[in-house]
Amino acid sequence: MSVDFCGLRLAHPVINGSGTFDAIAARTVFGDALLSDFPFAAYVSKTITLEPRQGNPPPRLWEASAGLINSIGLPNKGLEGYLREDLPQLVEIAAGAGEHGQPVPLITNVMGSSAEELSQLVEACEQRGEIAAIELNVSCPNVKTGLDIGADPRQLEAVVRAVRDRTGKPLIVKLTPNTADVALCAQAAQEGGADAVSLINTLRATALAPRGQPAPHGASARRPPWLGGGTGGLSGPAVRVVALAQVAAVAARVRIPVVGMGGVRSACDARELLDVGATLVAVGTESFRDPAAGARIASGLQAAAGA
Amino acid sequence: MTQAPFGRRLLTVTGMEELGAYRVLRVADPDGPEPEPGQFAMLAAAEGWGGGEQQRPLLPRALSIARRSDGESHFLLEDVGPGTRRLCELRAGERLWVLGPLGRGFHAPPQGRRAILVGGGVGIAPLAILQDVLQAPAIVLLGFRDRARAQGAALLDGARVATDDGSSGHHGLVTDLLAAGLQRDPEAVVYACGPAGMLEGVRALCAAGATPAQLALEAGMACGFGACFGCVVPRRGGGYLRVCVDGPVIDAADLERVDEHAGAPE
Repeated sequence: MSVDFCGLRLAHPVINGSGTFDAIAARTVFGDALLSDFPFAAYVSKTITLEPRQGNPPPRLWEASAGLINSIGLPNKGLEGYLREDLPQLVEIAAGAGEHGQPVPLITNVMGSSAEELSQLVEACEQRGEIAAIELNVSCPNVKTGLDIGADPRQLEAVVRAVRDRTGKPLIVKLTPNTADVALCAQAAQEGGADAVSLINTLRATALAPRGQPAPHGASARRPPWLGGGTGGLSGPAVRVVALAQVAAVAARVRIPVVGMGGVRSACDARELLDVGATLVAVGTESFRDPAAGARIASGLQAAAGA
Repeated sequence: MTQAPFGRRLLTVTGMEELGAYRVLRVADPDGPEPEPGQFAMLAAAEGWGGGEQQRPLLPRALSIARRSDGESHFLLEDVGPGTRRLCELRAGERLWVLGPLGRGFHAPPQGRRAILVGGGVGIAPLAILQDVLQAPAIVLLGFRDRARAQGAALLDGARVATDDGSSGHHGLVTDLLAAGLQRDPEAVVYACGPAGMLEGVRALCAAGATPAQLALEAGMACGFGACFGCVVPRRGGGYLRVCVDGPVIDAADLERVDEHAGAPE
């Protein structure tokens, strides 16, 4: 069941979606049991930005119909803090979680609001041998245009092209589903020099404060939004069929490997993404329900492949 | 902090008893680790979790461990939404998923200082297991909305009760009882769990008298183990604390105030 992904050898095709599994916190909660049963064949960090971010004011969560809206706001220690404090701990976890002396590859996810910022982040990751690959989070408004970098194919291609030469590591572009034509964006990422694309990120969504409950953010609006960030991103089973369509469209359009994700709860769900052309499958919201979900899905795929 | 086995475990319900407006759910967990008072677990019914009205619940629900006895874990439930409603329907023999014990629990009081336990509503749960392990007798003050809920006080020994409507015990807030208690015993340390408004009252009282207080916070969580960053509360001096891994028991001195609206609504 081992998989080649951009030259990396993975024990199976299941990884985590960025920002859905804090391996450092999980190590504290579950101890070394996390390492012996590590659920992912590669570990993707949460999004790292140049400067530290505290994240959005609460409330940050809303349980929707068969889904979850989150408005977390990418809290992180910033590039320096990540490299100094988090990365060494992740390296230790990756070493303990690996098999046959091979650590679990670490993928660092970075986000910047311009090509310059992203270049700085990518260059810093390039310097660190512990990082196996880099994922670009391009679901971020461009500081100048205000448009999401990843939603506009021309802008996306230019940004990927600008950072491509800064690293020899595999470069994965995490695509946003909040765009007119995701396959066109995937193609643009490929033209810009991406080694792989991953999708889908969360679908933009919002929730209103429950009737009769005091509004968390002032009472001026008739029905104010519940989330501190105003809007958030929808994930979970509700988005799975959207993800399936988008992954299929992208895989049909590009030559580079595709990491498929969105609402995967079971090996059957994962199999569908692989069947439409994904090389890897990422698990996110299902890990919230069960931290060992990745391992369950991977062994389900394995059992089906052996049957 | 007691560490949890990695991954959720399928356990069997051994009982569900009414306790006034509440229910006590008992789950067989003979092999589970001994939790610290104040720790919690994420619960989800094995069947019928997700197919309800509006296709909810999806996520497991965070519940304080109310008691540990004879290889069973006890949880105090109040039907306040689709998740707790489904949990309340469980009957002996049915199965549920349990992840835990999770979070940081209460610290024992310093030698020679009396503990005052202050609970509100369904938030009295972690104070029961705390009372079970405390070496010295504690003062127990519990507040409820009405008489039906006040029957929950039977979960603890020797509780003084306050109700909002005066139908049982003191007519007023449990913080009235706490203010009087702190006057009699200014060296006491306070352990509290309940709704945000009550906890804020406890925090303010204790801050005014420089009384150490440990507050067990409630927050709707997606995961319970630090993954989602959804259950945060503002930390005094800036930044946020994750209720699941930095709490749920948080030193009152680490909070500017206790806010409503932590996490997702049930």
